[in-house]
Amino acid sequence: MTPDSRPALPRFVKLRFDRARDTWLLLAPERILIPDEIAVEVLKLCDGKATLAAIAATLAARYDAPEPEILSDVTAMLADLEAKGFLRDREAA
Amino acid sequence: MTELSARLRPDPARSHGIPIAVLAEITHRCPLQCPYCSNPVELERASAELSTEEWLRVLGEIADLGVLQLHFSGGEPLARRDLETLVARAAALDLYTNLITSAVTLTEARLDALAHAGLDHVQISVQSVEDALATRIGGLRGALERKRAAAAWVRARDLPLTLNAVMHRQNLHELPEMIEMALDLGAARLEVANVQYYGWALRNRAALMPTPDQIDTASKVVDAARARLHGRLVIDYVEPDYYAARPKPCMGGWGRQVFNISPSGKVLPCHAAESIAGLSFDSVRDHSLAWIWDHSKVMNRYRGTDWMPEPCRSCAHKHDDWGGCRCQAAALLGDGGATDPACAFSPRHAEVFEAALAFSEGSDRYTYRDFSGGTPEPGG
Repeated sequence: MTPDSRPALPRFVKLRFDRARDTWLLLAPERILIPDEIAVEVLKLCDGKATLAAIAATLAARYDAPEPEILSDVTAMLADLEAKGFLRDREAA
Repeated sequence: MTELSARLRPDPARSHGIPIAVLAEITHRCPLQCPYCSNPVELERASAELSTEEWLRVLGEIADLGVLQLHFSGGEPLARRDLETLVARAAALDLYTNLITSAVTLTEARLDALAHAGLDHVQISVQSVEDALATRIGGLRGALERKRAAAAWVRARDLPLTLNAVMHRQNLHELPEMIEMALDLGAARLEVANVQYYGWALRNRAALMPTPDQIDTASKVVDAARARLHGRLVIDYVEPDYYAARPKPCMGGWGRQVFNISPSGKVLPCHAAESIAGLSFDSVRDHSLAWIWDHSKVMNRYRGTDWMPEPCRSCAHKHDDWGGCRCQAAALLGDGGATDPACAFSPRHAEVFEAALAFSEGSDRYTYRDFSGGTPEPGG
């Protein structure tokens, strides 16, 4: 993951709000993860079009937070998901 | 991010919560005759199967319950011509869909239709890495070649693939090659599943039971492969019960997270539960799933911890293993309510180990799974 990456969820990984449990879930093969509030905000922006830099800028503006720190936090989070196969970089693909 | 299952800790006020997953065994028909099949020895006929309309209604009830994952299984789920219709409905209901298949009857056209219907994941079973042994175990010539082709079609459509390798005395020596095959076929996950002895496998224990040496070697092979393939291949290892010291937390606890629906609509706490004598199961033909999940006698029979005998009742691990496996207690001790004898704390544990040793020296001859109650392998 670099600032130019365009992260996206693969077709078989699904971010959805589960009414029965009143929580957001990330559904993947044989795995169900509970993303925290920040992760949900980040993942909603991962549409395969926005770059990682643009996503960080959006979040920095939304939360009035320093952009370099947001970029570094978001990069770490998405790289971890990418390593697990739950996220892809459209730019690289 | 936390795993959902990790957050489902026992709530003292409730014996069960919202189920996570359902195993839909939509048919018992199958082109293979594997001697370790987990289906009951008494298979349900096609004429007893739920109709398409019944399944469409049941899928709605499954989603309403809050279920997240739906595993289409069997028998061979592809034997039902309406599988695409069922997958499409499940996908429309936001269920995460998995196809558990032998893949020997899969075609590219059918896979396209299933992918189009919204299928999320495919799990293919393999019997052996050798054509001759695969044919002998499954009873179908050319099965391995068809599975290899099917795996390639799955990957070509960017569907995630799990390989399920059922391991036993007669194929455990192939484990290193099995791991290589999973990599070759582009699987993201490999289930190395030691046979669990219910249903047909119970009947074939003498032909399937591994030796202690085989299990020692297998554990080492899996450990080494996990370290070497980290980030490339996830390997799930199902321990062989008869040689274990701790019981498996079967189904994550009876009636707690998952349930099974049989071809004719019986709702079971696990796929082997019919092997426990004296239980009678409720059907989706007679009750709503919501009622069955909360109120069915069978679902509540071994739920939570109140049913437990000693040593389980005062055991520190009772919320981790939920007393182990009820089907195993029934199969080995004749009492579904006994402590799982796979547990070292069971007073009967030593017997299980001794029995395993005896079975591991048994005849290699199989009894094949079929609708006539089983057919012995010719020759021998």
